[in-house]
This record gives sequence, structure tokens and C-alpha cells, in this order.
Amino acid sequence: MTRLLAMLTARRGRGHLHWTDWASYLHLLIGLLLMFGPVLWLVLSSFKSEAGLVEFPPRLLPYEQARVSVEGYQQPLALFRITAGDMKGRELAEVRRIGLQAQMVDPANPREIIRIPAQDRERVMRLHFALENYGDLTGRFAFGTYLWNSVFITAMATLITLLVNSMAAFALSKYRFSGRDAVFVTILATLMIPPTIILVPNFFIASALGLVNSPWGVIWPGVATPTGVFLLRQYMLTIPDELIDAARMDHASEWRIYWRIVLPLSAPALAVLAIFSVMWRWNEFLWPMIVLNRSETFTLQLALNSFQGELTTSWNYLLAMTVLTLLPVTAIFLLLQRYITQGIASAGVK
Amino acid sequence: MATLQLRRVVKRFHETAVIHGVDLEAAEGEFVVFVGPSGCGKSTLLRMICGLEEVSEGDILIDGVRVNEVPPARRGLAMVFQSYALYPHMSVYQNLSFGLENLRLPRAEIDAKVREAARMLRLDQFLERRPTALSGGQRQRVAIGRAIVREPRIFLFDEPLSNLDAELRVQMRGEIAQLHHRLGTNMIYVTHDQVEAMTMADKIVVLRAGRIEQVGAPLELYNAPANQFVAGFIGSPRMNFLEGTPTAVDGSIGVVVEGIGTIRTDASGEGVTEGARVTLGIRPEHVALGRCGCNDVSFDVAQSEQLGNTTTLFFASPGFAVQVAGQVPARRGEAMSLNLPPDRCHVFDADGKALPRQSKGAAA
Amino acid sequence: MAGPLSDAVTDRSGALARLGASLLGLVFNLAERPMALAQKALGPRRLPWVFLTPNLVVFGIFTFLPIAIDIHYALTGGAQLLPSQRPYVGLENFHDLFECENYLDPTSCKRDLFWFGIYNTAEFVVLQVGLMIVFSLMTALVLNRKIIGRGFFRAVFFYPVLLSPVVVALIWKWILQRQGLLNAALDGAGLSTTDWLLDAHWAFGWTVFVSIWAHMGFYTLILLAGLQAIPRDVYEAAEMDSAGPWRVFRRITLPLLAPNLAVVVVLALIRAVQIFDEVYVLTGGGPGSATTFMVQYVFQTAFTQQVRQYGLAAAASLLLAGVLFCLTLVQLRVMRSKGR
Repeated sequence: MTRLLAMLTARRGRGHLHWTDWASYLHLLIGLLLMFGPVLWLVLSSFKSEAGLVEFPPRLLPYEQARVSVEGYQQPLALFRITAGDMKGRELAEVRRIGLQAQMVDPANPREIIRIPAQDRERVMRLHFALENYGDLTGRFAFGTYLWNSVFITAMATLITLLVNSMAAFALSKYRFSGRDAVFVTILATLMIPPTIILVPNFFIASALGLVNSPWGVIWPGVATPTGVFLLRQYMLTIPDELIDAARMDHASEWRIYWRIVLPLSAPALAVLAIFSVMWRWNEFLWPMIVLNRSETFTLQLALNSFQGELTTSWNYLLAMTVLTLLPVTAIFLLLQRYITQGIASAGVK
Repeated sequence: MATLQLRRVVKRFHETAVIHGVDLEAAEGEFVVFVGPSGCGKSTLLRMICGLEEVSEGDILIDGVRVNEVPPARRGLAMVFQSYALYPHMSVYQNLSFGLENLRLPRAEIDAKVREAARMLRLDQFLERRPTALSGGQRQRVAIGRAIVREPRIFLFDEPLSNLDAELRVQMRGEIAQLHHRLGTNMIYVTHDQVEAMTMADKIVVLRAGRIEQVGAPLELYNAPANQFVAGFIGSPRMNFLEGTPTAVDGSIGVVVEGIGTIRTDASGEGVTEGARVTLGIRPEHVALGRCGCNDVSFDVAQSEQLGNTTTLFFASPGFAVQVAGQVPARRGEAMSLNLPPDRCHVFDADGKALPRQSKGAAA
Repeated sequence: MAGPLSDAVTDRSGALARLGASLLGLVFNLAERPMALAQKALGPRRLPWVFLTPNLVVFGIFTFLPIAIDIHYALTGGAQLLPSQRPYVGLENFHDLFECENYLDPTSCKRDLFWFGIYNTAEFVVLQVGLMIVFSLMTALVLNRKIIGRGFFRAVFFYPVLLSPVVVALIWKWILQRQGLLNAALDGAGLSTTDWLLDAHWAFGWTVFVSIWAHMGFYTLILLAGLQAIPRDVYEAAEMDSAGPWRVFRRITLPLLAPNLAVVVVLALIRAVQIFDEVYVLTGGGPGSATTFMVQYVFQTAFTQQVRQYGLAAAASLLLAGVLFCLTLVQLRVMRSKGR
């Protein structure tokens, strides 16, 4: 403990904390609360029952009124603690409530009905994780379909993105041919045409190609990305040309050189692009909303959006679905945090 | 085994020629070394032979068949690269088998060939390793093995030893020479190191600035360099050069060097005009100590290198080196008597071309 | 998780993995023969074009062609989607957008929502980018110190970047709702509560806050990389010169970080101008038009209204494209001068 304290205070080699250190830790503490708190709140809330969600002020953990099954009653009865009168401190189950009076029973002695004024009691709360919020998703909503749509689009788009962009990067990094620089500049120039400004014509093109309400309508437009070409080309430039020459001497066709030599050696760059692509596609929203109109084609993001817009929003299901939606991204982040942060810091893209 | 012919081969990059019409022939089984300073075009020439660079003009023939348009893999050649160019993501076995798989040979045949080559190169126990887990010499052997399994008509080597340390280089030099002896296949070997060229070649091709300066057996080049460039490039330590003017002496030519006097040689003075500039060349190891009554000179010692078996003396004016066997005590500033045997002297005209000599090399 | 769901998931993900693996082999085998033929037919000089083709085709169809069609839409009228069936109207769509009695008062304009979008976007961009860069820089400075748990805190600040805009919006919607966590906290502290997303000023403020929350980790990361590239000995030299922390920041850190800062500012501007996703889910552009931004105007005009005004939407997105084009030029310039 003292060692930890010494370590904590050992900044700047003066043996005490400078005021800037205090400010720094304060900043980080507030940051932790602000950045991570909301997500934690979401996860905790997603385990609350419908009744627990409307409670005000809300509790931190998912509590639910305790219920006990009492002999002679078919349904479990709600449990209350008596706060006044001669029964004070006892826990009784409610049979029914009539006006200001409640009919209660002692679970240990279920035959005798006790009448208690309604204001002389409080509910007994127990920690209860409402797992049914998650369990009911497949039954009540086509959650499996949305999940499958999202997974299919993400996986296919990522595979095709890797293939299409690595082929282009291979041509741009390993061949000398006239027009190469012009092509490269043209591809980089598409940075100036973000998808948000060509929504209308892209919708026409998608519908002309019969891609509306098809996952391929979401997949194709974003498959060629200047970021991807740039990232892969820069990496492939570091692969020595002698390797390519050696493979040519080894009877390898150009396609085989690409597939068997250049692609495996570009694995680190491909991994970075794959992570980016998975993130882009899993989180994509505006374009899928335009192309996919039928609910059975919805991705998770679209499903979430359409449920939250409904008047009879069931927050318990919505929150559970939100948690499930952020789960894969979180898992990837926990596993590949270093890769992602390094990739972003070096490529300067998102 | 194959023959290789180059006919007026020219290479241009963006209109600038880097190879200016090279003619060359290599007989069956010959070990040919291309040597020259960096930028002389030797690697480009090699890459044209194997098909990795296009030929701008002229023809390349293998076994009498023109191969200019034949893709590299179909020329029946194999190349060992300077950086080895081993596939880093494949094991040694996969590196050796990759080319054979591309030929779609049956598995069993591939396996037999790979194991045979591995045994020959003592790579048996490394077959499952990745190249990064090998030493420099082992990587070199894998690179050679990759060439061997293909059973090429001609082996091409592009400065294969330049990444090795001095000791390993000597060892690998021996191994490649042995390999050539055992396989009997043609080898074309590019290097900038004249020692490698002298020790391994049947035939040396000296290149400079995209042109062949001289072609010949190692000792031919040493004894009778065709020009001043070859004379300076072949042999270590480097040949001494003294500038002067020609003068006729007993039917041969003498060179009048300022501050030294007339030095007699056995070169014929045909075609040399009085008053032209000529250069006298003599190898450091051919200069003798003491006086003999012919071409006696005396210089002040600037520096001496004692290696035990030989002594190299450097003289400041004129810039001149002498290498003699054994141990010669010499003090800085001490005057030393030397003689330059006339039959060891080369004379080059103003263009650097060697003048014909009467004793034709005076070997031994 | 219930049985049917997990069964469905494992079933389908297993199938997906198999599909992926066999697909890779299939792609290679399918492509090998035609590529070999192409190599033979075209020769090595033209082969790279074959490798470029898929990429260029996708770019052509979904990036370059749309620009041309966008211009066509902007110059034509009617509600038809098919370009050939749309009547030419010249610059009418642009005149329509710019028809105003007073440009400073959106309500006086024919297309008032467009002008609300412009003013809202402008205000949003200035506030969001300005505040976000300040917070990111502060965080990066803190994370660049010898702090315990630096990697952990870096991850904490970065994590929201990966969340989808919809998830981000729902997280905050849940906190900001009438009976949400924020009101509970204020109530507990004896302060007055309000319906945050139903009040025009608060709603706008929260869109700024939420988008900063979601994106600042990205900029923090880039700035942190820039800070770490500054050699330590410069700081040590400054300490020897007994410079205080503020002076060190002003005279050493800031000038050395300036190129990175410029890149980050331009990137943030480009993205802020296109703000849509999280705001659309959080507020739907409301209350009224308080949080309606440019992209949402384009989206609504083209896709959600009874009469789909593609021409108007295309004209508006071309104006947006102009802004983004200028910003991207600045970006490329900044990046090049940084490279130097």
C-alpha cells in the first residue's frame, strides 16, 4: 500500500504530486465516469423488468418486488414490509388491495387474512436480473433475422472489400505501367465524394440494378474505399520486388503471385482494413435506411431505430437489443484494442 | 546444359540506354562471371537474360532459340537473388516446392526433388523452419536449393554472396564452385567483387557503363588486360599507373615519366605518335626490390603494411604501391631502391587501350 | 439466451465460417484460369488493369456515375426517379432553395427547412469541432503524462468511437428521457428537472454533447500519437530552463503539435458537416426543426416525404458537396505540408 502510494506520488521526481498531476487524475476520473458510465448504465438497465424501468428515481441495480408463492394461492404474491402498527417489521404477502386497506397474509400462516392500511407498508425489493428481456427477443421480434442480416452484410462486405481493394493495391504497388499515377490520384480523389452527397443518385442506381431491399444493395456501394486502397498500397510497397521476381522465376502466374505471395505477406494491413470494414458495416445506418425498406431485410441498426420510433416502445426489449448490438463491437475492441488504436494512429482514418 | 548467346542487346529506360549493344556467347557448362563497378549494367543484363526485364533491341538465344518474348518461367532458367528473396511466410520445404507446384508436378515427384536438393545442400533438418529462423549461410543455401529443384538449363546468380560476412563468403564461394562441378550446368554469376570473379569463373565478362570491356579467362585478364580499366579493376592490390610520353627504345617503347626518367617496356610502339600521352602500368606484386640495371628507381616510403607473409609499401610521390613476399623492414621517409621489370610493364595509349606486347603476357 | 436463438446463431455462424473458407478457395480457383488467360492475352503490361478493374468498376458505378446523375437530378424536376423521365428545369431547384425574403431569417424562405439546416449545421460545426478539439487536446495531454493505467484510460476514451451511432443515440436517449438518470440525479440534488430533448435549446446542446462524446476518442488518439512523436529531451531541456507547465505548453507543445492539430481540425470539420446518424435517432431533427441538419434535409426531401423531391435534394447535396470539396482540398494541402 505504501509502495503504491509512493508510486502514485513519485511524479517529477520531487516526491510529491504537482498540481498538474491532481488535475490530470481528476480529468481522467471525470472522463471515466462520463465515457464509460452511460454504457454501464445501459447494460444495468437492460436487466431491469418493465416495472423496474419506469421507477423514479431509478435504482442502480435491477431490483424487483419480491414475490412468494403462498399455499392456497395460484399466483405468487407480492411481498411487503410493514412499517407501522403492531405488525411492524414483519414481511407479509399481499392478497388484494381494496381502497386504502390491503388484505395481507403471512406466508408462514397462509390461512389468516390480515388487514393493513396501505400507507403502513413498503415493498420488499430483491435483486433480479430480468434475463427474459433477452430471451424474449427471438420470440417477440425477428431478432434472429436482423442479426443474420447484419452478420451477412458485415461478413460479405468485408470479404469483398479486402479482395477488391487488395487487387487494386497490388496493381498500384507492384507494377510499372503508364496511367498508374493517374489511377492512384483518381482513387484518392474519391475521398472528396463522401456517400452522404450522392444518396439520391445512388438510390436510383441501386433500384436500377434491382438492389433495393437486398443486402447486396448495402454491400456493393461501399466495397471500394480509397482508404483501403491507400492503406494496402503503402504496406505492399514495403514487400521487396525481388520476391515477386523470384515467384515469376518459379512459374507462378501473376494471379498466383498476388494470392500466394503478396496477400499472405500483407496480412497485418489486411487485418487493419478488416477491422475497419467490420466496424463500418456493423454500424452503418443512413444508406441501409434508404435501401432497405422491408422490415425482414433490416439490419440490427435499422431494427433498433424503428423500434425506438414506435409509440409503444418497450424499453426493456429495446435496451436488451441495444446491448446485444454493441456486444460484438465491444468484444472486438477488447481482443484487438492494440491493433485498432495503432492502425488508427498510423493511418489517421476511421 | 545449354548455350547462351546475346546479339547486340540494348536496354533503354525512358530513352536512356543503359546497355549499349552487348554481344556475348557462353558455351555449354561454362561458368561465366559478369563483373564491374556498381551501375555498369551487369544486373540489368542478367535480368534481361532471365526475362524479368524486356530487351529493347537485339536478341537473346538459349540453345540457339530466340527467347526475347518467352516469359521468365518458360526459359528454363533459375535465379538466386541478392537478398535471397525467400518467401518469408513459407517453410523451407514450401519455398523449395513452390515452383514445382506451379508446374503441377505430381506430389511424390515434388517431394523426391525437394528432399534430394535438401540433402545435397545439407538442409534436411531445416525443412520445416521458416527462413527467418535460419542463419545467413543457410538462407543462401535455401535460395540455391530453390534454383536446383527446378533443374534449370542455366543458373543465374545476382550478387548472391554480398550479404554474407567475409568468412562465410569464402566458404559459399567454394560450395558454389563445387556445385557447378557436380551439376555441370551453365552458371551466370554477377558480382562487383573481382576476387569472386577470379576464383570461380571459367570466363569473366568485365562490364563498364553498359559496354563489355573485355571477355576472357581469369588469368588472361590478369596477364593481358585489354585496356586500362580492366587492368585497374582486375587484381588486388590495384595496378600502379604512371603517366608519361612515349619514346622509342630498341624497337620497343619507353615511357618518359616526369621526375623519374625513361622506363623501358616490351610493348611495341606501333601507331603511337611521338608526344602523345601514354600511361605505364605495373602491378604492385611485379615490382622488385633492389637494383638490376634496368628501370631502376628510388622512392621515399610513406607507409608500410606488414601482413607477415607479404609486405605492402606505399610511396607518396608518385602514388605507387609495391607488394613483396616476406617481411621487409621499412621506415617512414626512408628511400627505397626498386626496379620495374620491362616484361611486366603495360602501356596504354591516350584512349586507355593496351599496346600489344612482344612477350605476350610473360606469365609466370 | 433462449435455445432457439443461440441455436440459430451457432448454426448460422458455423455455416458462415464454412462459407467464408470455401469462398476464399473458390475465388482463387475461379479466378485463376481466366486470369491466366488474361495474362497470356494481354501481356504483362496490361495485366495490372485487370487487377484494377473490380475496384474501378465499383468506384465508377457508385461514386463517379452518381456525381453526374446528381447534377442531372439537380437540373430536372418532377417526382420521377428515372432520370430520362425527368423534365429539364434549369436552375429552378437552386432558385427554389435560395428564395428568401431575408436570408438571416429562415422562416421567410420558401424552403425554410433547408435554411434551418444550414444555420443549424453551421452552429453545430463551430461548437462541436471547437469544443471537441479542446477536450481531445486536454485528454491527449493528460494521457501523454506518466499516468498510472494509461492504456486503460486511453481505451476508455476511445471505446465510444466504435459504437454505432444508433447505439450511442439510444444510450443517451435513455439517460435524457423524462424519467432518466440525469433527471433523477438533478432531482436528488434538489435541482429542477426538464424534458431535455423536447426543449429546442437543450436538444441542440445535447446533440453537440453526444456527438463530442462519441467521436472525441478518435481525435484524442491522433493527437496523442502526435504528442508522443515529440522528443522527450525537448521537454527536459525546457525543464532545465525552468519553464512552467503553461509556458511549456504554449511555447513547445503547441507549436510542435500544430501540424497534427491542423489535420485533426480539418478531419473533424469534414465529419461534422455531414452530421446525421446519431442526431436523427436521438431527436429526429426536433423539436420542430431545432436539430435538423443539412444531410437530414436531403434525406427527408428525397426519401421520407409524400412527394419525393429528388431534384431539390440533389441540388442541396451538390451545395454540400461544394463545401466538402473545399474542406478536402484544405485537408490534402495540410497533410502534404505536414509530410514535408
